[in-house]
Amino acid sequence: MAARLLAACVAGECYSSLNDRFSQRTGKIPDPCSVPKGTRERYHQESPACQVCPSALSRAPRSADTVTKSMKKLKLKELESCLQQVDTFESPKLLLEQYPTRPHIAACMLYTIHNTFDDIENKTVADLGCGCGMLSIGSAMLGAGFCVGFDIDADALEIFNSNTEDFELTNINMVQCDVCSLSDSMSDTFDTVIMNPPFGTKHNKGIDMIFLKTALQMAKTAVYSLHKTSTRQHIQKKAAEWEVKMEVLAELRFDLPASYKFHKKKSVSIKPNITEKTFEVDIEVDFIRFSATKVLN
Amino acid sequence: MKLLTHNLLSSHVPGLRPGGGFPLRIELGHPSELPPEPIPNYEGDEEFLRRVHHVLLEVEVLEGSLQCPDSGRRFPISKGVPNMLLTEDEA
Repeated sequence: MAARLLAACVAGECYSSLNDRFSQRTGKIPDPCSVPKGTRERYHQESPACQVCPSALSRAPRSADTVTKSMKKLKLKELESCLQQVDTFESPKLLLEQYPTRPHIAACMLYTIHNTFDDIENKTVADLGCGCGMLSIGSAMLGAGFCVGFDIDADALEIFNSNTEDFELTNINMVQCDVCSLSDSMSDTFDTVIMNPPFGTKHNKGIDMIFLKTALQMAKTAVYSLHKTSTRQHIQKKAAEWEVKMEVLAELRFDLPASYKFHKKKSVSIKPNITEKTFEVDIEVDFIRFSATKVLN
Repeated sequence: MKLLTHNLLSSHVPGLRPGGGFPLRIELGHPSELPPEPIPNYEGDEEFLRRVHHVLLEVEVLEGSLQCPDSGRRFPISKGVPNMLLTEDEA
């Protein structure tokens, strides 16, 4: 019974607008921005070595409005310290290309999305291949109206779930599903999609593009994604074909954790920068914004 | 799982009619408090909007299942996370 009504809400009228109106009226939507209890004292934790310096961060925000609109602004450093407390994979699965989005990278991404494009606050945000939820949790902290994480792996979602409980975030949901099977059933359901998809190396060739296409179908406004710099030309070609606007916001150096043994032995079409002590592999990654004004299919 | 999330989900069992597998039936021991259709002029009815808001954003389904209206396939919800994956035989 309720289901039909709810379906009507979403199909007939975008729910977020209903929600906006409602929150203006009552002002009782819980504020997800507030820093969760028990995190403040841990702020002084050291950040990991800074490897990223997205040029986009230095951009001016679009208008003075976007600055004054956010009443409680979380500073970049604060966001990063909070994200350092997000638990990540206990035993990453190679087949699923699981590796956490580092807190530093996640914080830089989200901060840019929030301050430069205003695509998080009071928006519905989807996170495809969310894993342990680093990007969803960060979005929720920056004031997203509602976040949904999608992942195929139950173990990762369990960690995600306990993260949301630790942070006392109530506006995050997760769904266990195969992102590759979502394609046409969720058109235009979210304002923003923010994701760190599998890069599509080894066993999953092409999965990055399936994620991207799905994300573009789901998003009403924009998709933010990370892709290997080596695939940029291919993505540009696809973006032109799908008639979406693509903008590389930053070039990052991504350190894949040493747990990925095969990287030590040979390079996988990525530029390896192997240091013997840590066995970390740096790869070059583009942080890209796609605007979803599109004619897909 | 909030009902807002439920709204997004549909079943992907192969061989459904186009647009099938939606909406999934929530199997709970709870009767719904909302009318089957939005009431007239719901936009101006604060009481109604409050109730919708409550059901959509404040109620979490923690355990239960979602049933595909066409195939009858059940998708379990465990600890608030619906599992929409099909087994290899089904897919």
